[in-house]
Amino acid sequence: MKIKTILAAGAMTVAAVAAHNAQAGAVLDGIKAKGFVQCGVNTGLPGFSSANAEGKWEGIDVDICRGIAAAVLGDANSVQYTPLTAAQRFTALQSGEIDILSRNTTATTTRDAKLGLTFVGINYYDGQGFLIPKALGVTSATELDGATVCVEPGTTTELNLADYFRAKGMSFEPVVIENINEATAAFFSGRCDVYTTDASGLASIRTTMAENPDDYVILPEIISKEPLGPVVAQGDEQWSDVARWSFLAMVEAEEFGVTMGNVDDMKANSTNPGIQRLLGVSPGMGEALGLDEEWAYRIIKNVGNYGESYEKNVTAKLGLERGINALWTDGGLQYAWPVR
Amino acid sequence: MSKPQHAHGDVRSKSFVDYLNDENVRAVLYQVIAIGLIILAGWYLVSNTLNNLEKQNISTGYGFLDLEASFEIGESMIDYSAKSDYATALLVGLLNTVKVSVLGIILCTLIGTIFGVARLSSNWIVRKLATAYVETFRNIPVLLQLFFWYALIPSAFPHPRDALEPLPGVLLTSRGMYLPVPVADNAYTLMGIAAIIALVVILFVKSWAKKRQDATGQPFPMFLAGLGIFVGFVFLAYLIGGAPTEMSIPALKGFNIRGGYNISPEFLAVLIGLTVYTSTYVAEVVRSGIQAVPNGQWEAADSLGVRRSVALRKVILPQSMRVAIPPLTNQYLNLTKNSSLAVAVGYPDLVSVSNTTMNQTGQAIEAISIFMSIYLGLSLLTSLFMNWFNKKMALVER
Repeated sequence: MKIKTILAAGAMTVAAVAAHNAQAGAVLDGIKAKGFVQCGVNTGLPGFSSANAEGKWEGIDVDICRGIAAAVLGDANSVQYTPLTAAQRFTALQSGEIDILSRNTTATTTRDAKLGLTFVGINYYDGQGFLIPKALGVTSATELDGATVCVEPGTTTELNLADYFRAKGMSFEPVVIENINEATAAFFSGRCDVYTTDASGLASIRTTMAENPDDYVILPEIISKEPLGPVVAQGDEQWSDVARWSFLAMVEAEEFGVTMGNVDDMKANSTNPGIQRLLGVSPGMGEALGLDEEWAYRIIKNVGNYGESYEKNVTAKLGLERGINALWTDGGLQYAWPVR
Repeated sequence: MSKPQHAHGDVRSKSFVDYLNDENVRAVLYQVIAIGLIILAGWYLVSNTLNNLEKQNISTGYGFLDLEASFEIGESMIDYSAKSDYATALLVGLLNTVKVSVLGIILCTLIGTIFGVARLSSNWIVRKLATAYVETFRNIPVLLQLFFWYALIPSAFPHPRDALEPLPGVLLTSRGMYLPVPVADNAYTLMGIAAIIALVVILFVKSWAKKRQDATGQPFPMFLAGLGIFVGFVFLAYLIGGAPTEMSIPALKGFNIRGGYNISPEFLAVLIGLTVYTSTYVAEVVRSGIQAVPNGQWEAADSLGVRRSVALRKVILPQSMRVAIPPLTNQYLNLTKNSSLAVAVGYPDLVSVSNTTMNQTGQAIEAISIFMSIYLGLSLLTSLFMNWFNKKMALVER
């Protein structure tokens, strides 16, 4: 793991020397030239990004990359995945090793302003929680004084954890393990009393990695705000626009009721000017982004709208309802900027 | 007799081409050009990196070291909390690395020497067991061994509530080992100071004893005297300090065992993994060192009626040390550097803390430059010490 980080740092220097990174349009041109999108994903978090039995990557974070590939290259499968740990992810992006990082990453001031990153949207509103064996009889996070807590390093989770216990005047002992598989194994072997990460991640770990999911509970307290979303490197505004609007088009499509199934019909018959703009019937949007006019049509045709992606990955695999990730019209937070 | 060029006359002053053809001038010139190119390349890399970091809006510099770290570290030899700054966090990591390296070096030397000698034993079973140990653990990558020990320790021992108590006050749990320790008291600081004074006194007595032996031939029971001085000084300090007896006994309280001294599974996994792995190499170094001593030395000792075990300690090992020390230095350096694999099993060593720091601040180049220089420094220190030791052990020509 250390070696990877050092390699990444070396790559960073080399990439910096190459000095192609910061030119506007360079990333998009590079993707068109090489014929695929290089996408940084989680090493394995079912529902967000994980490889299935056939070795194909799937999840809502993966769908972001698939959508962009469909918009830019016309084929949602033209994506190469780079699985990254939390600690490796930003270096990989800064060095230009990946084009986009879509790995349940929390948007924060430091990351946005100091690390040279641009968050292009929030595809999952989350919050940090605690997973604990039922046998311990704990019902609230306020009873966790003195607990041993397993946590991944290089995450906002690690900082929130320290903040929360400090604010409550409680103490804890952290066990910090970089690889999520080693970390969860340590938790399930009883090394820690508690595992902490984003609530969605806890649900994923509980349903997919626990021997018997019913032996574990997620405590009711959500101790932080974790707006998770895709990230690109700063300096190429055209590329961040493409990434941002590829995601927003999926949300916009859900608002308009455009789905994978009816997108052809909508394209042929809809008289709604908003849908016509989105699907390129009335031109202009694609050109503005430096793409062709069918960019959004292809995203929805190949990947589906935001609701479909959520249903297929998060609800079906983790049993999590939409909650605050519902559309604003349903009382949630997902709100697409108008495509016009 | 004059040099050939003089025959052509001194009239012509040396031209520029003559200078270039001069061997000495050339040698200097090539070196100047080589160094110049290296400096130029280095400058180009550094300035370009800085330039591009700025273009990407990535902040640079070591200013982040003063900021609040706001993350906790599992085990620390000094006072540390989330309120401390990044510099303190890195120091905690460094001390953890030093702790596991120093202990690892001591243990791997002891275990390695035993197995190295055992490999040459005349006892068939001992010899074969030692060979099996060396060949097994030498041929499995050390990272896998760390994973193995880390998977084994938490699952082999019970939850703190059902802790094993092999000795009164000593607890074995899936959270590691707990030992009873005396509650901190000024007397213990006093004892530490007394121990240092005792060592200085012992050094003086030793040099006096050597002088006396050289002059009169009378031996001096240095070991017993030294032990007496040490124990006497420390015990006296303990009495002066008020002879505190309060102990911190580990006991279950809430989720965890509180009190006592905790040896974490992460630390144990790293220590055992590194020690076992490196001890196999040390065993081979010791074996080859012993075999490098001519057989005549054994026979000479034998013919003087020296017991085999004494011959080994007094005749063979001191001579084999001369062969063994340089490769031993390599193994110590390897152990120190391999300790950076600790990050894989969650032991908060220098790399682990640097990784976290790097991620929370985004200062990848700075953080890596810090831990690379520290490892370089540690390795150079080890080398310096071993070189000094090597000189000391080398054959003194008379």
